[in-house]
Amino acid sequence: MTVAADPPAYKWVGTRPIRHDGYEKVIGKARFAADLDLPGQLHAAYLRSPHGHARIVSIDTTTAAGMPGVKAVVTGADFPDLDPTDPNFDVSVNVMARGTVLYNGHALAAVAATTRAEAAAAAAAIQVEYELLPVVLTLDESTADGAPLVNEHNVTKFVESDGPSNLATVNVLERGDVDAAFATADLVVEREFDTAHVHQGYIEPHACVVDVGPNGKADVWASSQGHFMVRSLTAATLGWEPSRIKVTPAEIGGGFGGKTTIYLEPVAARLSEMSGRPVKLVMTREEVLRATGPAPASKSRVKIAASNDGELTAIECWFGYSVGCTNDFAGLIGAMSVASYKFPNLKLEAVGMLTNTPKTAAYRAPSAPQAAFAIESVIDELAQSLDMDPIGLRLRNAVEEGDPTAMGMPHPRIGFIECLEALRDSDHYRSPVPDGAARGVGTGFWFNIGEQSSATVNLNEDGTATVITGSPDIGGSRASMALMAAEELGIDVYRITPTVADTESVGFTDVTEGSRATFSTGMAVVNACRDLIEELRARAATILGVEQDAVTWVDGAAVADGQDPLPLSAIAARAKSTGGPLTVTASLNAAGAGPSFAVHCCDLTVDEETGQVAILRYTAVQDAGTAIHPSYVEGQLQGGTVQGIGWALNEEYVFDDDGSLENASFLDYRIPVASDLPMIDTIIVEVPNPAHPYGVRGVGETGIVPPLATIANAVARATSTRMTSLPMSPPKILAALDTP
Amino acid sequence: MSRTHVTCTVNGDPVDFLASDDTSLLNALRGELGLTGAKEGCGTGDCGACSVLIDGRLNCSCLVFAPEAEGSDIVTVEGIADDDHLHPLQQAFLEGAALQCGICTPGVLIAAKALLDANPDPTETEIRYALAGNLCRCTGYDKIIRSVQEAAVRLKGAAR
Amino acid sequence: MRYAAPTTVDEARSLLAEHPGSRVFAGATDLIPQIRAGRPAPPVLVDLKRIDQLMTVLHEDGQWRIGAATPTSNLTRNRDFTAMFPGLSEAVGLIGSDQIQNRSSLGGNLANASPAADSVPAMIANAVQAVIASGDGTRTVPVAEIATGPGQTSLADGEFIVEFTVADPPSNTSDAYLRMIPRTEMDIAIVGAAVRLTVDGDIVTDATVVLGAVAPTAVTVPEAGAALVGAAIDAGSIDGSAMDTLADAASAACDPIDDKRGTVAYRRQVAGVMARRAAAIAVGRAQNGV
Repeated sequence: MTVAADPPAYKWVGTRPIRHDGYEKVIGKARFAADLDLPGQLHAAYLRSPHGHARIVSIDTTTAAGMPGVKAVVTGADFPDLDPTDPNFDVSVNVMARGTVLYNGHALAAVAATTRAEAAAAAAAIQVEYELLPVVLTLDESTADGAPLVNEHNVTKFVESDGPSNLATVNVLERGDVDAAFATADLVVEREFDTAHVHQGYIEPHACVVDVGPNGKADVWASSQGHFMVRSLTAATLGWEPSRIKVTPAEIGGGFGGKTTIYLEPVAARLSEMSGRPVKLVMTREEVLRATGPAPASKSRVKIAASNDGELTAIECWFGYSVGCTNDFAGLIGAMSVASYKFPNLKLEAVGMLTNTPKTAAYRAPSAPQAAFAIESVIDELAQSLDMDPIGLRLRNAVEEGDPTAMGMPHPRIGFIECLEALRDSDHYRSPVPDGAARGVGTGFWFNIGEQSSATVNLNEDGTATVITGSPDIGGSRASMALMAAEELGIDVYRITPTVADTESVGFTDVTEGSRATFSTGMAVVNACRDLIEELRARAATILGVEQDAVTWVDGAAVADGQDPLPLSAIAARAKSTGGPLTVTASLNAAGAGPSFAVHCCDLTVDEETGQVAILRYTAVQDAGTAIHPSYVEGQLQGGTVQGIGWALNEEYVFDDDGSLENASFLDYRIPVASDLPMIDTIIVEVPNPAHPYGVRGVGETGIVPPLATIANAVARATSTRMTSLPMSPPKILAALDTP
Repeated sequence: MSRTHVTCTVNGDPVDFLASDDTSLLNALRGELGLTGAKEGCGTGDCGACSVLIDGRLNCSCLVFAPEAEGSDIVTVEGIADDDHLHPLQQAFLEGAALQCGICTPGVLIAAKALLDANPDPTETEIRYALAGNLCRCTGYDKIIRSVQEAAVRLKGAAR
Repeated sequence: MRYAAPTTVDEARSLLAEHPGSRVFAGATDLIPQIRAGRPAPPVLVDLKRIDQLMTVLHEDGQWRIGAATPTSNLTRNRDFTAMFPGLSEAVGLIGSDQIQNRSSLGGNLANASPAADSVPAMIANAVQAVIASGDGTRTVPVAEIATGPGQTSLADGEFIVEFTVADPPSNTSDAYLRMIPRTEMDIAIVGAAVRLTVDGDIVTDATVVLGAVAPTAVTVPEAGAALVGAAIDAGSIDGSAMDTLADAASAACDPIDDKRGTVAYRRQVAGVMARRAAAIAVGRAQNGV
């Protein structure tokens, strides 16, 4: 269902057409990166570190190079060394180790051969002499006095440092006087929390095919969240100019933030350059789990003060994230942004620490779920202590337009209160809690971003329009672009062909992150359509023999007084005689991304003899601004929610003492399966974002933020035991229940 | 590595190919036969993206050695539509927005077809357990389950 | 590596004799992941599924004969078998997804010798016998004697399981199998418990309790079975103190390990819970003739 105060009357925006790329995807014809094969193609395989931290004394590739089918071998020596202060240094080092392997699974050589089996056999035959170094796996080990150095090239960000340490970043925010507020508070709750590393868990392993031609130019086909990102990072890692590389986006089989960086493409490019043949490089599932993705493990302390009538007066938090072996994790901003409440006194510190674990990557609202788990758990405990309704306590303190964000600037128009009210008034929340079950509530926030996008609209001679963008379709964005274009141009949505073009066929477009595609790229599409309409009015004026000012655009036709409407198709058919092809391009660096709030509710049972949680009912409420295609907005809410449920209940990286991942498979890295879940009910709240022509906010990320605390809060009410450690797997819940 | 000449039926067509004895049926379908609808998400039978029907039964094609296919009748996602019409499951998935990225979709469709072929009127719980071997990370399964329910209704209507 | 698909037991024997180190397989649901994980590939892969005897399920003369390579879904779909051995049927119905169950077999589940194999406790509880092709002939041994440790069996080189035999249960006898997994599907058991029992009116007269995933092999717990024998059944429920004794005995019999799937303490505690719950289901079935 959708809740909107006064919805505008749109013809196409807000409808649910079948997505334009759907047909290929249900008949098995959609081309993902691993589906492409080129004539003469070689297959590549990696050698990865079996140690958590070691100096590479020597690598001998002689035997491997002489094995059957082998055409090329690369090691770190085949890539330029970037300066540690270069923004691409960390990606470059992660793509191929130089001198030191920083985690178990770190790539240190690769082989291209006629078959995948030959490449794998040769990679295994590469001889490496290691000098083992101490392995730092946890936040506590990393912060300990005298801790071994995780990465000798670390350059600490945001604070002065004298030489390398394990400290990656520090962010501090403070306002008011927390000490005074705690001293005079009616009620203070303080808790410590921890969460495990989790993986984005996309079903498609990373894959690419790269063909470097005799002219030195590289053709890359890759699955990613942004092919311009692939181009720039690949170029930086190879020491090339970006224009030497053309990247064609394959369909992407899930990313969730994990495909906003690269792993494979420079390796395949170098192997292709050396062999003179196209090279296909596809990760195994084990490689995906060992060497890509994870979101940071975390520890936190949260202390909140409240008055007896439910005013939250102060919050003091410390968040620690283990960001992996390199220092380019920007997501700590998420910990800064969790203040959804009007705390007059606030003190936050967020710290990133290096560990000898895989380089972390973005995962839906990076670093926010860990922080919200802690804060929303403490808020819930306050509600219990104050005997207040958990929604009521939140409504009493919720931020609205004009209130300061954690960073201090005022919130723009936001819909947090509307979301809380929508849940309060929902059938779910008004229904009694089922016998034997308990109900939990939690909230989440993500600020979303704008960034650069481009769009080209070509009006075809048959009156259809091709809408070309540079944002890969990671979950229905082609349909969103087509809907906005149809609304603007006034033609049927199926007369629009939304296309994602390669890096040489559309203007620069930033990677799809921060829930920005429908917002920013959508805005570029709208702008291009509006420019096209201006041109169409001019052409119509020529045809009709009137001034352009006398022509208005109504329902897909040019209208002038006293004349029959001139439909778009008629103008398109006369393009040649009225001035030539009708094509328009728009580009922008979007500002004004709208923050998105979510409120979740869950009913569940806990089997107190086994510790197993069963989720009976779940409702996700979120402010979408405007839902362009409501089905895919619901899908984002539902998908994010279920990832959050997995994070809460069973997903975790299990390392042995040397940092080897013990559960590098979908059998033992337990993402939710269909039978674990009920339907995920959604309520889309529409508080339009004034900065977008249709009011769009990003919707992709916020949905993963609330479930961790929502479930923990329900477990706390079911068992009178507050779980402060994720995942809440059956053994951990049972152990907690047995601890008096 | 030995290679075996395999003759079988794929999506109604007689085919033959030469397969390395250690290669999977999935690799043979994707490589030798160019049918890239079935995907490799794990290679160990844990995700179901490679699901196909072999002699009417649901299988992970990554867990089948290609030579085992000799004489069998295989159906992949490329083979479930009629010449002119999508299978009701495919149509329901499109209308119900049951796919986001689409990588799991071929396997889910095949598993759902196997279910409805055997049990035309499944409960929600039966659908959820029948699809438990097919991981989807985008949708949270909600729209997949609803679309299978919708397809079941349509198939029953068509059979009546 | 070469693939071979013999059509007779004797042909399979010859292949194994001629190519030492070769492996038989049925569903390959464990074999393929093991090879992917780096286990050395055998010289010949002997596919047993083209041998009719290994793919046949027969009920005759008060006994079931189950081909060792038969997909376990053939058992769960077999109404007569499931009516007689509901616990064994539900155990094989828990081996992975529908996809896996169309490939997995009793022979493979047993010979892979995972301590967590779901079918094995239920087979032991029902006194299932394995018929093994050995030398030129066959030998028949209780299922409990096959696995000797994780990945280890008492099968000699060249031996393979041909079929399983199990006698129809006596009247007023039934079984149940439960396992603990973190999700609802697709996991390896952290604890499994099979119970078979016989009732006479409102008294349990015989009981066997077998646990999986709590020791290097499946373990029969005589003390747990003994706790039930003679116990009163009141309105379908076994006497609570007998159930407590059963649970304590089950927990005490565990010799588990800490691993990525569960802790020692958890396995011990939940073994008692699973055994008690399985007994409660089995007694209902035995009394109601299900």
